[in-house]
Amino acid sequence: MSQLVTGRTGDWEVVIGLEVHAQVSSKAKLFSGASASFGAAPNAHVSLVDAAMPGMLPVINRECVYQAIRTGLGLKAQINLTSVFDRKNYFYADLPQGYQISQFKHPIVGEGVLRIVLADGSTRDIGIERLHLEQDAGKSMHDQHPSKSYIDLNRTGVALMEIVSRPDMRSAAEAAAYVRKLRSILRYLGTCDGNMEEGSLRADVNVSVRRPGDALGTRTETKNLNSLRFIQQAIDYEVARQIELIEDGGTVDQETRLFDTNSGTTRTMRSKEDAHDYRYFPDPDLLPLTVTQAEVDELAAALPELPDDIRDRLINDYGLSPYDASVITEERETAAYYEAASAGQDRKLVANWMTVELFGALNKSGQSLGDCKVSPEMLAGLVGLISDGTISGRIAKDVFADMFESGKDAAAIVDEKGLKQLSDSGAIEALIDTVIAGNMDKFEEYRGGKDKLFGFFVGQVMKQSGGQANPGMVNQILKAKLDG
Amino acid sequence: MSVDKSTVAKIARLARLNVPQDRLQPVASELNGILDWIAELNEVPTDNVEPLASVTGHALPMRNDMVTDGDCVDTVLANVPEGASGFFVVPKVVE
Repeated sequence: MSQLVTGRTGDWEVVIGLEVHAQVSSKAKLFSGASASFGAAPNAHVSLVDAAMPGMLPVINRECVYQAIRTGLGLKAQINLTSVFDRKNYFYADLPQGYQISQFKHPIVGEGVLRIVLADGSTRDIGIERLHLEQDAGKSMHDQHPSKSYIDLNRTGVALMEIVSRPDMRSAAEAAAYVRKLRSILRYLGTCDGNMEEGSLRADVNVSVRRPGDALGTRTETKNLNSLRFIQQAIDYEVARQIELIEDGGTVDQETRLFDTNSGTTRTMRSKEDAHDYRYFPDPDLLPLTVTQAEVDELAAALPELPDDIRDRLINDYGLSPYDASVITEERETAAYYEAASAGQDRKLVANWMTVELFGALNKSGQSLGDCKVSPEMLAGLVGLISDGTISGRIAKDVFADMFESGKDAAAIVDEKGLKQLSDSGAIEALIDTVIAGNMDKFEEYRGGKDKLFGFFVGQVMKQSGGQANPGMVNQILKAKLDG
Repeated sequence: MSVDKSTVAKIARLARLNVPQDRLQPVASELNGILDWIAELNEVPTDNVEPLASVTGHALPMRNDMVTDGDCVDTVLANVPEGASGFFVVPKVVE
């Protein structure tokens, strides 16, 4: 339970809330017909609406609205049938309108909940305060010219979902688990690709500290973190900084901070006076956004099975451990792979082979499940050979390694290499007789009471058989022979 | 509701408008005139009236998720004071 941080003057409780910006998966932008895809030539995906030319009017993309609703449903949240777009006013070179169209007072999605899984397999519910739709800004490049900035508006107007949590997290690890889980849900739903390197998912972290039981402390907001590692580093740094500051008699300023990815530290953004005075007001270009309950119901009916539901099913119906079930359901692709590979097989054995051997080999080779040669059917084939006693678990590891490299079927590899498990009791007896005959001294010692030598004999027999003897049968027959 | 000189100065700064010192008081008076006029609406009883966003009764029009625009960088950049390699070029704005 103790998530408290010990300072010089006693214990501190850390309070964390996250604002995650998730780029909506859509073909076109939120309010224009320009492409929302990543990686085009500068300003190629820009319409006159995005460039904020005079007289241009925004027209909302229905699919972006539906994606926000799907995400809200995935977060078990309230869907607001009426929501309102506001203008958030500020000046910056990559914001040609001079305001961002966002939702302030009336977001499309209200309160929800997200269940995180902690390292020990236990779960915790983190409150979602709201989700709203807004426009992304453009991109400024400052390193192309000594005294100029270069502006690319390709991102301008791409739809974002800002997902705001309650200040319910108490450690950097919980914050990371929250983002991981949110990303997983978004990817299951297909509402955001979750690609943190390309900036499709980024987080602002609000951190404060307090004495256990006290009211909330003053928080700082660290902006624009685009990896789980950076999120944890920024939190750890802020917690240490704030505790030291307070213990030295200072106070925390409510401010926006920037994270330096090289040093792992945060610093004050050069204070922009009035930076937070955005003068929100309803955008007069846009009527309130209304959707019908029928539309929401239709979207709800078409949602895929979500990771929490699959996880519960794997635990309750298939008998998997909470840990294996969490690992397998984190990615939609992995869960689908597991379902295909384990159908008609020993479910727990398949889970075991996936999480240990398959994931181990993928990690080691740097491959993803998508480009792996081992199809679900091939893994099922291997596990089938273990289950019916054709090969031992030990041999199966070699077969798997071969299969991973060559992409051949387990059965073909077993045939080709003659790896079938030796389960003929006569043949095993003959092997054992040979081994005993060759080690009469050890045999006498065993008979003389040195029980530990049993392991030596098992090893020798297995070696003689090239690892193919059925270990259970070897144990049984050997015991009988040695004990006479 | 009324605004004073310092509020006018703040709003002007936020809107990047240059309002000279000697104009602050006159602008404040003008704005207060407008605010007083609009405040007359407070006399209308609206307790049981739904907020009205439009008098036309139209719903927010929507577009389908199709790429129908863009790929017009020359048009987009037609009026820029300075451009290079397809970018807008502005005085350096980095911190």
